[in-house]
Amino acid sequence: MSLLRTQGLSRNFGGVQAVREVDFELRAGEIRAVIGPNGAGKTTLVSMISGRIRPSAGRIRFKDADITGLRNWQRARRGIVYTFQITSIFQNLSCHDNVALALQRGHMTGLAGRLYLDAGRLRGQAEAALERVGLAARLDEPAANLPYGHQRLLELAMGLALAPELLIMDEPTQGLSESEVLAFCDLTRAIARETTVLLIEHNMSVVMELAERITVMNDGAILAEGAPAEIAANAEVQHAYLGT
Amino acid sequence: MTGGKQGSPWRTPMIVFALLLAAQFVLPDYHHTNMTRIMIFAVFAIGYNVAFGYAGLLSLGHAMFFAAGLYGAGMSAQFLGFSMPLAFLFGGLCGLVLALVAGLVALRTSGVSFLIVTLMFSQAAYLTILYFNDFTRGDEGFVLAQEIRQLRFGEMVLPLTDPSLRYNLALGLFVTCYLLGIALLRSPIGRVLVALRENEPRVQMLGYNTFGYKLLALSVSGALSGLSGAAYALLFAYVGATFASTQYSIYPLLWVLLGGAGTALGPLIGTGLMFYLVEFASEITSSYLIVVGVVLVLLVIVFPKGLIGTLSERWRRARS
Repeated sequence: MSLLRTQGLSRNFGGVQAVREVDFELRAGEIRAVIGPNGAGKTTLVSMISGRIRPSAGRIRFKDADITGLRNWQRARRGIVYTFQITSIFQNLSCHDNVALALQRGHMTGLAGRLYLDAGRLRGQAEAALERVGLAARLDEPAANLPYGHQRLLELAMGLALAPELLIMDEPTQGLSESEVLAFCDLTRAIARETTVLLIEHNMSVVMELAERITVMNDGAILAEGAPAEIAANAEVQHAYLGT
Repeated sequence: MTGGKQGSPWRTPMIVFALLLAAQFVLPDYHHTNMTRIMIFAVFAIGYNVAFGYAGLLSLGHAMFFAAGLYGAGMSAQFLGFSMPLAFLFGGLCGLVLALVAGLVALRTSGVSFLIVTLMFSQAAYLTILYFNDFTRGDEGFVLAQEIRQLRFGEMVLPLTDPSLRYNLALGLFVTCYLLGIALLRSPIGRVLVALRENEPRVQMLGYNTFGYKLLALSVSGALSGLSGAAYALLFAYVGATFASTQYSIYPLLWVLLGGAGTALGPLIGTGLMFYLVEFASEITSSYLIVVGVVLVLLVIVFPKGLIGTLSERWRRARS
């Protein structure tokens, strides 16, 4: 079943065509990696999907509804969740408050829900969300105190707290140590049991390990798409990207 | 003031309330009246703090919200025969509506542009007051008639000229708005506002319509500023265009910065400190603004997060 489909999606920055008429499709439940050299248009593509930037042309459909005209926060409410390439947590807030901010949105319906929330219940849910990424012990610590790898996990916990249907991760393993990368792969597989994962990743071993399908972008367009083994064997991809 | 909290969050407000309640019995007449003014202006500062301290909206147009309350209450009481409580609420409503309308336009900008747009809105409001000189009496202003300045409860008539009544009405208004500010900060909305101040794009990606939240913060801010202006008009019987000038947009910013932006108690401390700073400096010299300026610069250097902000930070650090 198709979860997301783009048709003729394009984006120009001045005279530069960052993404050119991309038709891209995601099946519900898969782990998809998007790879490609720097400047291939990967981040621009997922930014248009998440609503951070508007396309110059083309349509986006999500769960059989056209979402091209929706704002980023409206897409987040429909289940498209984006975790940032540059860690973008709230440094001055505690881990609890960071995750609670993501969690409470679902509870904030009607006037009463906006003015009052059961703090105890919210705390329990925040603890559970942090537990999933192994940060439950850091509940009350300011986010700024966390080492970089843990900040990335906190960012992920915020994304998970939104109960995403499509989780977009932009270079999630950048700056992580080898053991942290391994833990991240396990975590992603666990996440993928409940949600579709779209991954932009430079680390090829992570891509080969996690992705069920790989989309290769080059110069703003899709160069190839297929299972990891097919991509690894594709001569065009090797020439353009893998450099062998 | 958003981190982990120990003890009851209502303890400090209780102490402040008790101190202000007791102060009226020991303060000499002159300081008694000053304190009444300070509490009313502190409500203006609380309003400003909701926009600036909570949501990070740096406005230079808040004089128009204060003036909306001032004129809304003053003119409706003087010319339309509104009773005091009704005129007071009408003043708050004027501040709210003006903030809502101005916000719909101004909040399409942010940062420096927002500052300029709010300044221009406020200047337009000021000039409008001067333009309708026949009704508003412009810069000169007008004084509310003595006979309408009273509260009626059945047979009982309480004149608003009574200093003690004025003090306690100002105290009641201040404490109500002070508690409202704390409740807002601790509510789910407050958490969104504080996050928005730090990183708006991230808040959007969490599914929040940040424009709506900023409009809400500005509207609450405008309503509180309007109530403050309304209370000033009714309790001190004077309505004039000076209160709509840029000076009165800068004051709440200074009060809040001095006391501590984003803190609950900061607005009162900042307002009181600034008030007496101007008082003492103008007794010493006619060029008192130089003294005020130097002291402000020093305070900002020593207390970068305002008095309450910096002191509570040091206190927390000393304990941990």
